Amino acid sequence: MKLILEKRQEHSQAMAYLSPVIAIALTVVIGGIIFALRGLNPFEALFIYFIEPVTTLWSLEELAVKAAPLVLIGVGLAICFTANVWNIGAEGQLTAGALLGSAIPILFTGWQSPLTLVAMLVLGAVGGALFAAIPALLKNRFGANEILTSLMLVYVAQLLLDWLVRGPWRDPKGFNFPKSVTFEDWQLLPTFGDGRVHLGAVFAVIAALVLAVVMARTLKGFEVRVIGNAPRAGAFAGFSRNKMVLFCFLLSGGLAGLAGICEVAGPGGHLQPNVSPGYGFTAIIVAFLGRLNPVGVLFAGVLLGISYLGGEAAQVTLGISDKMAQVFQGMLLFFILACDTLILYRIKLLFGSQLRQVPAE
Amino acid sequence: MGALEAVILTIITASTPLLLAAVGELVVERSGVLNLGVEGMMVMGAVCGFAAAYTSGSPYLGIAAGITAGIGMSLLFAFLTQSLVSNQVATGLALTLLGLGLSGLIGEAFTGLPGVKLPKIWIPVLTDIPFIGPILFGQDILVYVSIALTIAVAHVLFKTRIGLVIRAVGGNHHSAHALGYNVIAVRYACIAFGGACAGLAGAYLSLAYTPQWIENMTAGRGWIALALVVFSTWLPRRLAIGAYLFGTVWIMGLYVQGLGIGIPSQFLSSLPYLVTIVALVVISGNRTLTKVNTPACIGQPFVPDR
Amino acid sequence: MRKLLAIAVGLAMTLAVSAAGAADKLKIGFIYVGPVGDHGWTYQHDQGRLAIEKAFGDKVETTFVEKVAEGPDAERAITRLARQGAGLIFTTSFGFMDPTIKVAKRFPKVKFEHATGFKRADNVATYSSRFYEGRYVIGQIAAKMSKSGVAGYVASFPIPEVVRGINAFMLGAQSINPDFKVKVVWVNSWFDPGKEADAAKVMIGQGADIITQHTDSTAPLQIAQEQGAVGFGQASDMMKFAPKAQLTAIIDDWSEYYVNRTKAALDGSWKADDTWGGMGDKMVVMAAFTNMPDDVKKMAEETTAKITSGEFHPFTGPIYKQDGSLAVKEGEVLDDGVLLGMNWYVKGIDDKLPN
Repeated sequence: MKLILEKRQEHSQAMAYLSPVIAIALTVVIGGIIFALRGLNPFEALFIYFIEPVTTLWSLEELAVKAAPLVLIGVGLAICFTANVWNIGAEGQLTAGALLGSAIPILFTGWQSPLTLVAMLVLGAVGGALFAAIPALLKNRFGANEILTSLMLVYVAQLLLDWLVRGPWRDPKGFNFPKSVTFEDWQLLPTFGDGRVHLGAVFAVIAALVLAVVMARTLKGFEVRVIGNAPRAGAFAGFSRNKMVLFCFLLSGGLAGLAGICEVAGPGGHLQPNVSPGYGFTAIIVAFLGRLNPVGVLFAGVLLGISYLGGEAAQVTLGISDKMAQVFQGMLLFFILACDTLILYRIKLLFGSQLRQVPAE
Repeated sequence: MGALEAVILTIITASTPLLLAAVGELVVERSGVLNLGVEGMMVMGAVCGFAAAYTSGSPYLGIAAGITAGIGMSLLFAFLTQSLVSNQVATGLALTLLGLGLSGLIGEAFTGLPGVKLPKIWIPVLTDIPFIGPILFGQDILVYVSIALTIAVAHVLFKTRIGLVIRAVGGNHHSAHALGYNVIAVRYACIAFGGACAGLAGAYLSLAYTPQWIENMTAGRGWIALALVVFSTWLPRRLAIGAYLFGTVWIMGLYVQGLGIGIPSQFLSSLPYLVTIVALVVISGNRTLTKVNTPACIGQPFVPDR
Repeated sequence: MRKLLAIAVGLAMTLAVSAAGAADKLKIGFIYVGPVGDHGWTYQHDQGRLAIEKAFGDKVETTFVEKVAEGPDAERAITRLARQGAGLIFTTSFGFMDPTIKVAKRFPKVKFEHATGFKRADNVATYSSRFYEGRYVIGQIAAKMSKSGVAGYVASFPIPEVVRGINAFMLGAQSINPDFKVKVVWVNSWFDPGKEADAAKVMIGQGADIITQHTDSTAPLQIAQEQGAVGFGQASDMMKFAPKAQLTAIIDDWSEYYVNRTKAALDGSWKADDTWGGMGDKMVVMAAFTNMPDDVKKMAEETTAKITSGEFHPFTGPIYKQDGSLAVKEGEVLDDGVLLGMNWYVKGIDDKLPN
């Protein structure tokens, strides 16, 4: 038996839409089999994982809280990856944004003005963008691999945050526990509904829509795609690869920083040693799951949010280990990547008798 | 035991898993493939190595299981990136994610159990020599394996026909293909070798370094291994130096704390990462150094025309 | 599609029915910060949960969510337990403090118990354990057993609880050998066996022959055994990991407390109070004293008995701070408020705290 790829003349439009669906279906089927093997009712388990999270208003609101940072970071990364720029350190940029944005409520406790919150958000985005500029500049100036530098900087940002909240930025009335002062009302994002969904969710939707338009309708979007797909053609067209690297890092870093400050000034309410349960890394999956398309990322963020909530519900109701959610996410990404092949290629399986007819390679 | 001797011994154990994983990845990248899933393969090697050693009582079976797990994971990556030409960066990340989740799931039955420790070698007379003896002749077998493997890889890559083919495939897959080499098959083999090394590195953690299984026990070492490969500019000799250099910075951070000087521990903990970044910048900034050795086709998919 | 829908509706109904059926039972929820398999902090809390199940059988039903991130995720996880009908919820890490208070406000009928924090409410109790009592005992053992007079302390994060532990250990050691030295290495993690092992090795190389730890893995103790030093188990009895090196272990035992609180919740006597229990409340339990001469064992048992009965408090003056100033006068005992927020070292410790 032999597997052969045959290049399609054009991208298959049908497959572009179908591939994520096939991937999700495959994940669900394999997931069901794993549940069955562990002696659980696969239908019940899958129901809890993927359907229950969208059945109540409460869980829908929680879904918005969970998906907001994933989408916000994911859309930025989608642009990066389209341009073949590999920012893997969004988690660090998120931390940097949370840090710089929190400087206002922590250092200027008394500044009460409608501008306080605006300044916090701006500083958050700036913090993330500046931190992201480091790997970009190292890449452009020295050719240092951005995957590795951006990743190493994640550890640096987290340790810096750790030092701050355990040292200089610790709440003086907090019995020396690692926690900053609790933010005041005017330093917190406005919320909707039950008081959990915050402005970050709105930012996420806006970012996705704006970037969708940018990518589809503007020269910048065209530039991103050309540099990503055909760097040589991009160079002929006069597009600068270096400027693109910087642009992508500033954009995705800024969005990650915004997500960071939204986490702290939204549902968090204070700075603490860990501001994110790995949103910056999960957003990488979100970007690919959304097929690097900003609107797709919006859906992908929601889907991944569902799998988190479902994973938690499954723990409580069925006692299923939380690692299962992680396995689901890994599988989903694998299937997505495998199915993407279908967009560009036709897959042919040749068996014994057919093999002989194929000329030797 | 003197302080210096203790520090050197600690550096050796800290550097060995990095060297093991990195030397495998070096071969993978020399063949033109970037596998970012080292961490995932490593952690699977750790859990499977522990599980097999615990169940059978033999650390050597554990090592074999670790290698097998690493190869299994890497073949998954190879199938996707080589047969289905998926994006290598994304697939590598997916491999890490899957490995971390799956290892946690497998390891649930093995947490909190005392492991089987890989014994250290004891050569009468030689190991008894003060200072030099324990350092040169008193390590566990995998320390020697890591050194031997590095030398072997250097030899094969630059002195043999197999090495020539691997470098040809990584340098220009189209010409290699035109010359009649099976690019995909060569890459499959290299990826599997990388998986075996990463699995071995993982098994080293759960059998020799700290004989126990704990979720996520690789703690980012797979990523360090990846950085070391770039640092080495794809040369095995420089890779060994890099691994030991990193191990030294890592241990010195702890050593300085033990002296009670009062430098914030967070700063000392972030030092290895900062040093890695600086090293990457210095090495990458030297264009002549990198240009010669960088596999030109790294990360690029290859589909044979028919 | 219709069939799928039918299945979904059917499932929803079975879930609803099973929830209603369990209404007469007391549902108890736990929020864990780590995996249950960490064999340390979270593992011990889960042992407490199992003790509740054993003690009350059909009268209770327990659930837990593990590896909950300290932050927004915690608020959701706690809310989920409350929404699913939990009557008593234990949140077992300091970082769950604000989320617990927030959720408690919205579910006034649910009883909450937050470990190691300092904020309380009408339906939020707090509880913590005086681990430092055990640390004083092991400090004494360390000073008796050490030949070099130097101990290595593998520490996690500079929070008051850890600092308190280091101080108690040092005071215990100084009561035997006034010149005793303690080296401290912070590994910036509760759980990184590789790094913990490296820290232990480095300190043994620097002359420590006793290793103690305030991190969760068994690695430092295993290293002690391997290199001919001795040490102490942390959180649980780690004898099977280092049968030749473990002198004793400070065991976190939440069983008694959890069972008592469940009993109180069932019979209606539950109050939102603060419990800071030690050896006297069986929250801190010493493992068997092993690998030591009889006289050391006798001394350790005596000190343990004195602390258990309340006759002796480890932080009894005179205590001097690192800079030489007097912290507690002779005969007086450091009060709980200072202990809770402790961020200074006692005299003789070779380390500086971040400020």
